[in-house]
Amino acid sequence: MSKKPLLEFNQFGIYCQQGDFYIDPWKPVNYAVITHAHSDHARWGNKHYLAHHLSKEILKYRLGDISLETIAYNQTIIRNGVKISLHPAGHIIGSAQVRVEYEGEVWVVSGDYKLEDDGISTPFEPVKCHSFISECTFGMPVYTWKPQEEIFKGINDWWHQNHQQGKTSVLVGYSLGKAQRILQNLNLDIGKVYTHGVIQNTHDALIKNGISLKETYKITASTTKEEIRGNLVLCPPSAVGTPWMKKLNPYSFGYCSGWMAIRGAKRRRAADRGFVLSDHADWHGLIQAIEATSCESVYLTHGYTASFSRYLREIGYDAHEANTLYGDESLEEEKGGEA
Amino acid sequence: MKNFANLFLALDETNKTNERIKILKEYLLQVSDDDKINMLALFTGRKPKRQINSTQLKDWALEQSKIPDWLFRESYEVVGDLAETISLLLPLPTQHQDKSLSQWITEIKDLKDKTEEEKKNWLLAAWDTMDQQEKFVFIKILTGGFRVGVSQNLVVKALADIAQLDTATITHRIMGNWNPDEFTFQQLIAAEDASTDNSRPYPFFLAYPIQETSDLQKTALEIESSLGPISQWQVEWKWDGIRAQIIHRKDEIFIWSRGEDLATDKFPELHRFIQNLPDGTVLDGEILAFKNNQPLPFNILQTRIGRKTLSKKLLQENPVAFIAYDILELEGIDIRNKSQSDRRLLLEKLQEDSLHPEIFRISELVHAQSWDELAFIREQSRAKLAEGLMLKRKAASYQVGRKRGDWWKWKIDPLAIDAVLIYAQKGHGRRADLYTDYTFAVWDGDKLVPFAKAYSGLTDKEINQVDHFIKKNTLEKFGPVRTVKPELVFEIGFEGINKSSRHKSGVALRFPRILRWRTDKKKEEADSLESLMLLLPKEG
Ligand SMILES: [Zn+2]
Ligand SMILES: [Zn+2]
Repeated sequence: MSKKPLLEFNQFGIYCQQGDFYIDPWKPVNYAVITHAHSDHARWGNKHYLAHHLSKEILKYRLGDISLETIAYNQTIIRNGVKISLHPAGHIIGSAQVRVEYEGEVWVVSGDYKLEDDGISTPFEPVKCHSFISECTFGMPVYTWKPQEEIFKGINDWWHQNHQQGKTSVLVGYSLGKAQRILQNLNLDIGKVYTHGVIQNTHDALIKNGISLKETYKITASTTKEEIRGNLVLCPPSAVGTPWMKKLNPYSFGYCSGWMAIRGAKRRRAADRGFVLSDHADWHGLIQAIEATSCESVYLTHGYTASFSRYLREIGYDAHEANTLYGDESLEEEKGGEA
Repeated sequence: MKNFANLFLALDETNKTNERIKILKEYLLQVSDDDKINMLALFTGRKPKRQINSTQLKDWALEQSKIPDWLFRESYEVVGDLAETISLLLPLPTQHQDKSLSQWITEIKDLKDKTEEEKKNWLLAAWDTMDQQEKFVFIKILTGGFRVGVSQNLVVKALADIAQLDTATITHRIMGNWNPDEFTFQQLIAAEDASTDNSRPYPFFLAYPIQETSDLQKTALEIESSLGPISQWQVEWKWDGIRAQIIHRKDEIFIWSRGEDLATDKFPELHRFIQNLPDGTVLDGEILAFKNNQPLPFNILQTRIGRKTLSKKLLQENPVAFIAYDILELEGIDIRNKSQSDRRLLLEKLQEDSLHPEIFRISELVHAQSWDELAFIREQSRAKLAEGLMLKRKAASYQVGRKRGDWWKWKIDPLAIDAVLIYAQKGHGRRADLYTDYTFAVWDGDKLVPFAKAYSGLTDKEINQVDHFIKKNTLEKFGPVRTVKPELVFEIGFEGINKSSRHKSGVALRFPRILRWRTDKKKEEADSLESLMLLLPKEG
């Protein structure tokens, strides 16, 4: 009884033959369902896009004038008998898991996700399925996150201390997702928040989409160093080490990323402070999410796919490594937060 | 110990010298004298004796973390450091404790007479009171692997500021054989030196390199304009051995290597001549493999390093000699402030009186009338098995550490060859998650033969690019090693080359390193094994 699986990995992306559509394809296709607007998931050149309402403006900002249909979470659309619906992934604003159902068989593609409620993205909801395609960017047991309150206390304390020493706090994080999550958790009694142009553009797109964000000031050619001093600057990884950043001197430079959990990775980025803050699930989060789907089979994308699938097999799952072109977060970062 | 763990974290998070000194001073001002001296012991490599071995540590950690053994090993591959891996895998603490660094060090020393069972209970209880950072530093101390990326100079600077003594005095006082049970912080900062440690060496004076690359040689004129007339300089060969200090005080003898390791037992054939030195003598020099009045290549000396026991045969086949460079103490008096020329005269006199001139040799002077002539003489370095020349200002005192101005090393260019990257492995520490350890190959007919491993030499940006290439072009994985599609060409520099039957290529390189990434070359343009062989020293 070897039936063709409902979803398969081909050279273009994750494909559903029955419904003739792709999820997060890495090569141009006719119909693309997009989990979220990060550059390795939402790429150029597809004829038609389907995504969540909250991804609308950011997708347009990043991909230009595309043919885009947006839907709400839990809303179902049907293509050739295949039911497609989006469910909150908790990764960034508008991020979704894609549920695909045909003749009683259910698959879920997680996209990127995290379980912790970050206060700005719609919190993750587990979706029951037979087969689960999960990311595992941080699928090693050395990655375990602390609650975000603890991390943000550290960030605000650091800012406060820099403020007292007359230094500017430069905080680096991915422009879509991380930057907004940080902003909403900063203590603005300490000072003002300035933004790099790339981050401000992202904010503007989200605001246009009806998201309310705390007040920020965009750094322009006429912004003076004196004005910024003691305040906090949000900038993308691509700005690190550029003359733009050097002009903010004197500053302390903090980096927000899950990779900061490891000393070696932290030192490689030469930041003054590393804050372990990730929009991906940690080791326990991944396992918890997979358990909650009650799935039989798991396909793993992103990061430590080999080790993590082996571990899942040992605890009784039918787990497989999937070959995809989703960059891990570090590549996104190295390329510079925008692509 | 929480403040010690925080000290470690704070130092880790900045590489600005002044901030690091400030952090060290803040720590020192905040803790007890006992903690200060224990901190200093740890920062200068004086670790408590190891009471729990790696296997025990790993087994107990594995038991606590409840993951399979292979996953533990792979976690270690990701992190690149055992203590850090364990600290990340252990469960969160359920208890609390505020013991000081000295209290923990005492408890570690007390493990000596404990059973394995008692050790385990003690360790698990300790872990259960610590957050990840404290666990990490604690395990480092426990395993004797405590190393901090802070140069001793910074610690010395912080101490000197607090004690209001000069840095040279502190540098000297923290050398030698002390341990924190006998040496107190008050003794360290006393106005008068109160040490009775016969073994205490002097800080080595280190030469600064005259910067050159293969494309950019200094002309004799440039050297003259920066160093002045050659008549003001004492010139010697730069030998490639083990820099060492030799001490004879009150019937005791000591041999210290530059890494501040006591190496007295490693070189028994030197003992007789040291014992025959007058009481209160300290010499600086180089230990070289030496036979029939000829120095031998470094790999001969290497056969003796790291051996626990030295067989008679090995001592006979690979004997060593001491080439004296300098004299630092005579008749128990520190003479480092005398001029280079005066010290040289005293050294010559001492060596002439020695009964063991074949073992106690003096570094031969190189005479040249001009820098031009000296540049010409330097060309003979490789034939003499020297690494180049040492230039020492005749009027200079013997100073502390690496200083610009009075001692220069003028090395010959490294040998170099273009090679293809074929295997890669992840790095450790700072680069734990990147492929940074490479194996290189040269052509033997149409096959690529590996001949060298190299780690350093690329910029962070290049490392990221190469890492990316490796991840995209892996042909096979063997455990942590990836076979990479042969494509990238690098220029590999090295200090020396010798025949070796242990290596597939038949040669062993000394200090191989990446000089640059030859993005302009195709893999076919890399060098051949034959051209590598041509670089071997001529026989006889
Ligand atoms: Zn993402
Ligand atoms: Zn992703």
